[in-house]
Amino acid sequence: MASTETTFNLRAPAHGARVEEKLYNVRFKTDEDQSHLIVLDPQMCARCTDKPCTIFCPVNVYTWELKDQRISVGYEKCVECGACRIGCPYFNIEWRYPKGGFGVQYKNG
Amino acid sequence: MRTVSNRHHRDPRRRIALADRYDVIVVGAGLAGTAASYLLAKAGLNVICIERGDEPGTKNVMGGVLYRQPTEKVIPGWWREAPVERPIVEERLWLITPDSLVQAGFKSLRYAEEPFNAFTVLRVKFDKWFADQATAAGALVITNTVVEDVIRENGRIVGVRTGREDGDVYANVVIAADGVNSLLSKKAGLHGELPPNRVALAVKEIVNLPREKIEDRFLLNANEGATIEIFGDSTIGMLGYGFIYTNRDSLSVGVGALLSDFIRKGVNPNDLMERFKTHPMIRRLLEGGESKEYMAHLIPEGGAAAMPPVSTDGMLVVGDAAGMSNAIYREGSNLALISAKLAAQAVMEAHEQGDYSVRTLSRYNALLDESFIMKDLHLYSRTSRFFQRNSEFLELYPEMLADAAHELLSVNSVPKQDKQRKIMRRLLARRRPWKLVRDAVGALRSLT
Ligand SMILES: Cc1cc2nc3c(=O)[nH]c(=O)nc-3n(C[C@H](O)[C@H](O)[C@H](O)COP(=O)(O)OP(=O)(O)OC[C@H]3O[C@@H](n4cnc5c(N)ncnc54)[C@H](O)[C@@H]3O)c2cc1C
Ligand code: SF4
Ligand code: SF4
Repeated sequence: MASTETTFNLRAPAHGARVEEKLYNVRFKTDEDQSHLIVLDPQMCARCTDKPCTIFCPVNVYTWELKDQRISVGYEKCVECGACRIGCPYFNIEWRYPKGGFGVQYKNG
Repeated sequence: MRTVSNRHHRDPRRRIALADRYDVIVVGAGLAGTAASYLLAKAGLNVICIERGDEPGTKNVMGGVLYRQPTEKVIPGWWREAPVERPIVEERLWLITPDSLVQAGFKSLRYAEEPFNAFTVLRVKFDKWFADQATAAGALVITNTVVEDVIRENGRIVGVRTGREDGDVYANVVIAADGVNSLLSKKAGLHGELPPNRVALAVKEIVNLPREKIEDRFLLNANEGATIEIFGDSTIGMLGYGFIYTNRDSLSVGVGALLSDFIRKGVNPNDLMERFKTHPMIRRLLEGGESKEYMAHLIPEGGAAAMPPVSTDGMLVVGDAAGMSNAIYREGSNLALISAKLAAQAVMEAHEQGDYSVRTLSRYNALLDESFIMKDLHLYSRTSRFFQRNSEFLELYPEMLADAAHELLSVNSVPKQDKQRKIMRRLLARRRPWKLVRDAVGALRSLT
């Protein structure tokens, strides 16, 4: 079974800021009713060896739940870049924009 | 053809009547969409521009260098009114290794005065201003609205379906200016999903710093700006680069690489950003700065070879949605603006003739071909293919260059000729002569 650890060994910073801290400064209007990201086939994720979505998503929306053997989707922190739609090797993510006016609302851009 | 209907419904947020028929629907109020809306409204066409964000700009990320001349093709003198950060007077190119830096650059005082060459901007501020100009010209810009699909009749595109109730809108022509993800051009069947080596993933941070600190650290006079593009160890061998641009009271700090390289190497973008910001050659520029916003965005890659068809019956595709970006020259905004201008021109001609078939609309293709856009994007296809195949350029050559510089500049009582021989020996130990020649010729050919 693949682990959730990133395989990338950083030569640099022990003191690097975590993305979760950075997200405190990012403004969102969350759609509490529904996720705009849907993992289509959980079985596929179990078979997906590298689980790249858990690594390349710039805000760690996807985490592999070892116990439940499934990917959990923290859609409320998604910044809508689109990478997971393209980068999932099995096209296993149904990707939509959040409803009009919802989702990330950058202050600078 | 569908007849004009006078059915209206109330827009719940803006309290404006939303007619269901226009001359033109523009999807997206980014650079390309707003430019097209502005120009077409100014020419007297009835234009609606539909944006999914709560305001134009709040979904958009750019390094931040907006060029004066191409933007003037849309609004002459724009920079006198628009919210700009700093005019760019110096551009630097850095090649870094874990412990060294080789640099080149160009600074000119001519860039510090009119007519200027380029300015840093923050898209949230700029896009809002830009959209206000389109509104003033007569376009109807509506926000908070996602365009979900195209509407077809008899095979041609006649409008769009939005996420609102009764949200169908009709027009003679739709301009897809919905950016790099362009779900709309996919719905229109113009292309399939992009492969991961045809997009770059970039992350960016706003790092606040007092003005005087910025001007001291970057050797700038008051209100002048500088850019640094940073290749080499900034992307640990992935195809991409980092950048630092000066805003008024902050720095735009970013790093990006091909999505396929992030996947291949198993790199997390925030880890890459942290490593970049704390790199020994970079850390001091940012020291004491406060990280104010973290963002991520894709950039289309691959040049002309990766572009979808840009015209079809009833629809044109502009800007990032059409894959127009030239990342090694940091160009994207200009391609978005100029392609929008050419699309607007084609639409005006179609409007005059009353014919919106692909035959008439493909005038846009011809205009693109004649312009610098397609010339540059064909060249960029070659360039990006070459560097994708020869990724050692990003790791090996900066190291070899730094190594050679270190040897030459270390004063250690060794004769210069011996030093040169030593450099050559070390070079050849890492790369065979025919490979070196092939690299040099290949790189030159791919860039010219
Ligand atoms: C990190 C980074 C740095 C960059 N740096 C530079 C630089 O320094 N200089 C430069 O020239 N270029 C730069 N670029 C490229 C440049 O940002 C783009 O080329 C440019 O923004 C493209 O403009 P556009 O109008 O085509 O797309 P965008 O600006 O992306 O606009 C698309 C708009 O459409 C809206 N939209 C999308 N889908 C829908 C829908 N379905 N319904 C309604 N609205 C929708 C979006 O919300 C958005 O407002 C950079 C890009 C990135 C990511
Ligand atoms: S990359 Fe796709 S298949 Fe693999 S774990 Fe993520 S969502 Fe599942
Ligand atoms: S769109 Fe981008 S930010 Fe959102 S989940 Fe996918 S990769 Fe993460």
